Amino acid sequence: MEGIRVTVNGEVRDCSGTNPHTRLLDWLRDEGLTGSKEGCAEGECGACAVLVARPDGPDRSRWTSVNACLPPALAFDGQEIITAEGLGNVSNACTPEELHPVQREMAERGGSQCGYCTPGFICSMAAEYYRPERTPADSDTSDGATGPSVVGEDHATDHECGPNGFDLHALSGNLCRCTGYRPIRDAAYALETPPDADPLLDRQNRPAPVPQRTKTEQFSRPETLTEVLQALQDNPDTKLVAGATDLGVEVNLRHSRPTTTIAIDRLEELRTLRQSADSIEIGAALTLSEVERALAGRVPLLSHLFPQFASRLIRNAATFGGNLSTGSPIGDSAPVFLALDTRVVLASVEGEREVPLSEYYTGYRQSVRKPNELLRAMRIPLPLAESTAFYKIAKRRFDDISSVSVGIAMQLSDGVVSSVRIGLGGVAATPIRALKTEAALVGQPWTSDTAAAAAVVMAGEGTPIDDMRASALYRSAMLRQALLRFHAENAPALEVAK
Amino acid sequence: MKSLAERPVNPVVGVSVSHESASAHVTGTALYTDDLIVRSQNVLHAWPLQATHARARILSLRTEPALEVPGVVRVLTSSDVPGVNDAGIKHDEPLFPDEVMFYGHAVCWVLGESLEAARLGAEAVEVEYEPLPSLLTVAEAIDAGSFQGNQPTVERGEPDAALERSTHRFSGEFEFGGQEHFYLETHASFAHIDEGGQVFVQCSTQHPSETQEIVAHVLGLHSHEVTVQCLRMGGGFGGKEMQPHGFAAIAALGATLTGRPVRLRLNRTQDITMSGKRHPFHAKWEVGFDDDGRLQALNATLTSDGGWSLDLSEPVLQRALCHIDNAYFIPNIRVHGRIAKTNKTSQTAFRGFGGPQGMLVIEDLLGRCAPLLGVDPSELRRRNFYEPGQSTPYGQPVRHAERLAAIWQSLEDRSDIARRREEIARFNASHPNQKRALGMTPVKFGISFNLTAFNQAGALVHVYKDGSVLINHGGTEMGQGLHTKMRQVAATALGVPLSFVRLAPTRTDKVPNTSATAASSGADLNGGAIKNACEQISSRLAEVAARKLNIHPDDVRFDAGKVTGIGFHDSELTFEQLARDAYFQRVSLWAAGYYRTEGLHWDSSRMQGEPFKYFSYGAAVTEVEVDRFTGAYRQLRADIVHDVGDTLSPLIDVGQIEGGFVQGAGWLTLEELRWDVSDGANRGRLTTQSASTYKLPSFSEMPEEFNVHLFERATESGVVYGSKAVGEPPLMLAFSVREALREAVAAFGPGARAVELGSPATPEAVFWAIERASVSSAKLASSDLPKDDDDAHQDSARRAPVTTSVR
Repeated sequence: MEGIRVTVNGEVRDCSGTNPHTRLLDWLRDEGLTGSKEGCAEGECGACAVLVARPDGPDRSRWTSVNACLPPALAFDGQEIITAEGLGNVSNACTPEELHPVQREMAERGGSQCGYCTPGFICSMAAEYYRPERTPADSDTSDGATGPSVVGEDHATDHECGPNGFDLHALSGNLCRCTGYRPIRDAAYALETPPDADPLLDRQNRPAPVPQRTKTEQFSRPETLTEVLQALQDNPDTKLVAGATDLGVEVNLRHSRPTTTIAIDRLEELRTLRQSADSIEIGAALTLSEVERALAGRVPLLSHLFPQFASRLIRNAATFGGNLSTGSPIGDSAPVFLALDTRVVLASVEGEREVPLSEYYTGYRQSVRKPNELLRAMRIPLPLAESTAFYKIAKRRFDDISSVSVGIAMQLSDGVVSSVRIGLGGVAATPIRALKTEAALVGQPWTSDTAAAAAVVMAGEGTPIDDMRASALYRSAMLRQALLRFHAENAPALEVAK
Repeated sequence: MKSLAERPVNPVVGVSVSHESASAHVTGTALYTDDLIVRSQNVLHAWPLQATHARARILSLRTEPALEVPGVVRVLTSSDVPGVNDAGIKHDEPLFPDEVMFYGHAVCWVLGESLEAARLGAEAVEVEYEPLPSLLTVAEAIDAGSFQGNQPTVERGEPDAALERSTHRFSGEFEFGGQEHFYLETHASFAHIDEGGQVFVQCSTQHPSETQEIVAHVLGLHSHEVTVQCLRMGGGFGGKEMQPHGFAAIAALGATLTGRPVRLRLNRTQDITMSGKRHPFHAKWEVGFDDDGRLQALNATLTSDGGWSLDLSEPVLQRALCHIDNAYFIPNIRVHGRIAKTNKTSQTAFRGFGGPQGMLVIEDLLGRCAPLLGVDPSELRRRNFYEPGQSTPYGQPVRHAERLAAIWQSLEDRSDIARRREEIARFNASHPNQKRALGMTPVKFGISFNLTAFNQAGALVHVYKDGSVLINHGGTEMGQGLHTKMRQVAATALGVPLSFVRLAPTRTDKVPNTSATAASSGADLNGGAIKNACEQISSRLAEVAARKLNIHPDDVRFDAGKVTGIGFHDSELTFEQLARDAYFQRVSLWAAGYYRTEGLHWDSSRMQGEPFKYFSYGAAVTEVEVDRFTGAYRQLRADIVHDVGDTLSPLIDVGQIEGGFVQGAGWLTLEELRWDVSDGANRGRLTTQSASTYKLPSFSEMPEEFNVHLFERATESGVVYGSKAVGEPPLMLAFSVREALREAVAAFGPGARAVELGSPATPEAVFWAIERASVSSAKLASSDLPKDDDDAHQDSARRAPVTTSVR
């Protein structure tokens, strides 16, 4: 059998014999590449971030920033990785002593103090530097280099995008305890467009490395869905892993050591996005970032969700299939998919079946999915409701876990609520539909009185608890407030005029 | 001897330069303690067995099962300690305890060939506990009379009589939360026995000398048998001032017993659950104002939550008492302090070191009382500023008090306050569900260690024959830019370009008996010592040059690597040439420098004296927008004017100010430590023990517009090159965020009412404050809003009683 090889900073390294529970970060550090750091081991701080060449359609690749502390090293068999150590050397192949533009801006502008988080910031920032869609704003709005002096109503959105098109959300998964972030933002907003000769830019014009048929005793990457389903049939304890954003935490913090792990993140059968006349089907193993790009705003409720779902580093690895399968009551996608009336497609050797998401969960992290089944896709029925919102209540706006999350999709007809679906997270052992509130709304005129009455009902939904994130009282209050806010933001023109 | 503050022409200090390790940081090549292990062979990894009781007696400890786990090499227990079984200097912190004092306390440590083996070994150790009653909250400790250490009082005038005389009297209570350091690099030590048979410990420590002393006493060795080196830290913030010692001692003990290198690096969960944090405090106060809103009297009792052992709780409390006045003259005052002993981690130094806690009490008090006095809060603050000639309650004249008003005025001008107040009023009038507000607060912070002996430093400076310079000093680099500044100081003092000066890692065998890099004093103290060493060398070099140039040594000038005579420049030497000449004339080219801060005296028994060399001043104004629906908020803009004296390094200083501000805002608004205070099985467990539950500020919490201005013409006489300390004071500029939130909350209600705000002011805390502020007065009395007392199941940080009563 051929060995397992990973290309790091342009150099092929042997990864054979690595323990299946060894994270990419630990393998890199054992290889002497100690630039990537462990700050939290749960994908929250980004000190471990590296760049991976991921597919961007069949013909191109995209330097994608991911947390190295979560996925197993073996998942990178045959893949190409760039770390902070290699960034300058690889992209300026002729002058290795020069800093990469991202490194230079960070160094010169005081973007590092203790420096421990810096290599991770560098990689996240470099991914955004090479993002093909990043384009400078029109020249008439790009006067201030750092763009902080925007005032007025649009303040929040403007200050999160630089005049060079840099999306600050690219750094939402990186924490710095020293600088207060301003010099890092300045460095990000000062980046120019990569020169055409940049080898890393050029690399994006070619396909990503093909997934390898990795096979070790405990970790494997089958080539087809059929093989995976057969493996599940033979051994229902098999752990399926895509982005490892949940499994990695289990391994690192709770010392879970699954005996058999199968990687499914590159299975083409799970990576499709199809639209028909009556539905949109999203493959379970597409990353959130990939879905976001592929949908391009076609599902507004999902567009509300994306920037609030964890961080860019997580969205670059995490999948909706994973988020729904783990079934955490505080996973952010379930309330949204509930509001969208989504059905999940479960596949096994026996064939496929469809289950409404509202009937999927049966208890805390439990579902109707049988041990031999795999969640292959989500189907969102069309047409979509016209008024939608996703409200996430958390301490922090970037990269936090919800205390409460609310997805709402409402259809009005002549000022009357003709249909409404509300998904709730964080208020019960599972994600739930706010069925009583929905009943209180349907058939009613969409007035402030209706909203106020329904808000009282909404406050009684679920069975919220006190924990380290919020009190039960606050959670209930936030349910009430969500409906009042939804009305304030989606009041019919008639009533506004009144 | 030249004056300490005077700068030569073309100084290298004052020039904006990047952090000296910036290139290494951005390329991932800067090495931290735990990066060193791949360079060694046969490394053993250490893993703790952490107790799962808040308090318990250890009845038995069976380590044999661990030794049966493949890869386990040894289990370290108290019987292995050849010296003193203590990790601190107060002898109240056993390295291996007989009695578990907090949930997560390390009972023993397992050494393994891999981290996994050590972890599995720790799981296999069998411990029998006898659970004992525990105290977790400050309230529980106060009720039980559980205190530790000194109970100092700062007193001046006649507080009781002055309170009686005051026309406006208020009283209140305020309990506020602590803060986890969350340095990105967790505690790390790496120990081995070096080529000379010495114990050599690489350690992420702010206090290498004390780490050395404690390693030595644990091992039963003298200090000269132990060397501690700190390359750099991935953040410290006070959390690595005393806390690293025990971890270093475990690694050193393991290395001594096995003869192999031992690596001890805590993962994040271990770090948060085992190491100390900023002290939470409880305050009870009574205050009196005159009709003009001038403070007449303050009577307060501060109780800090010290956790299970003293650590630095006594000096932290002292500094809290010495900063409750912040920038305000309080003629009559009595502040009493005490330290609760609870079954939690042993709380420790954290940027500001009690100062922020003392100042938060007065800022909260002023913010609450202003509407009751009918005075705008920022005007109330300005009206009470110290004026020249006045002294602090502990008897120190407030030198340069006029800077408070000057900084305040400069800030008002720069931040365009008058226009923005109007804009805010317009915004608020048209937005029922969002309110904006400004908060403006001052900072006065005393610089020097309260413990006078710590105010000394040493340095070792070598000039080599080729003119290159290597400097060593006792300070440690944790990201604050100390090494950058020290290179600038040496280049200035020797008159050479910055590139001539290289800095070697901090080691206890280079400069002995150093103080912690703490109290913001790193640059003041070590800069003084480096300058002293450099000047010894340059005065010797001046004599060599004077002979060559045929002038008097006093007339020799060193500038940018060129050596000339005063007034004429037709003949000049290069610094390299001069160094070589000096060597051949057998003139010494190296020197040990020394510095002690002059003019300090402090009587801690009477809490009187002049403990500080000077005060740092600053002020900030922050604008926030608060959302009615959720209590969530954004910082729209922050403006700061801060006094760093004449800056040694502008880029570094601005970085410290901005970083301190955001870290302070994190403490006051976001970061929440919560312990399980129930009587269940997990009583005492920290429930926010990871990055996913303990949230630091991220990009979304920085001020969207952020302007920092260094106060000009601010030369501080008696400090190296006229500079001032910068590490801690800016943290307290973040009070402006909290006060802005209070004002925005008030804007949802009818006003003229005290707004009480929990700390941290999380969105939830702000939401409840809005609920209280926006209901009518009649309804407030019978409100069904959560009372602080009816959630006894919640921890102290949440349960912030905020009652202001007019008397």
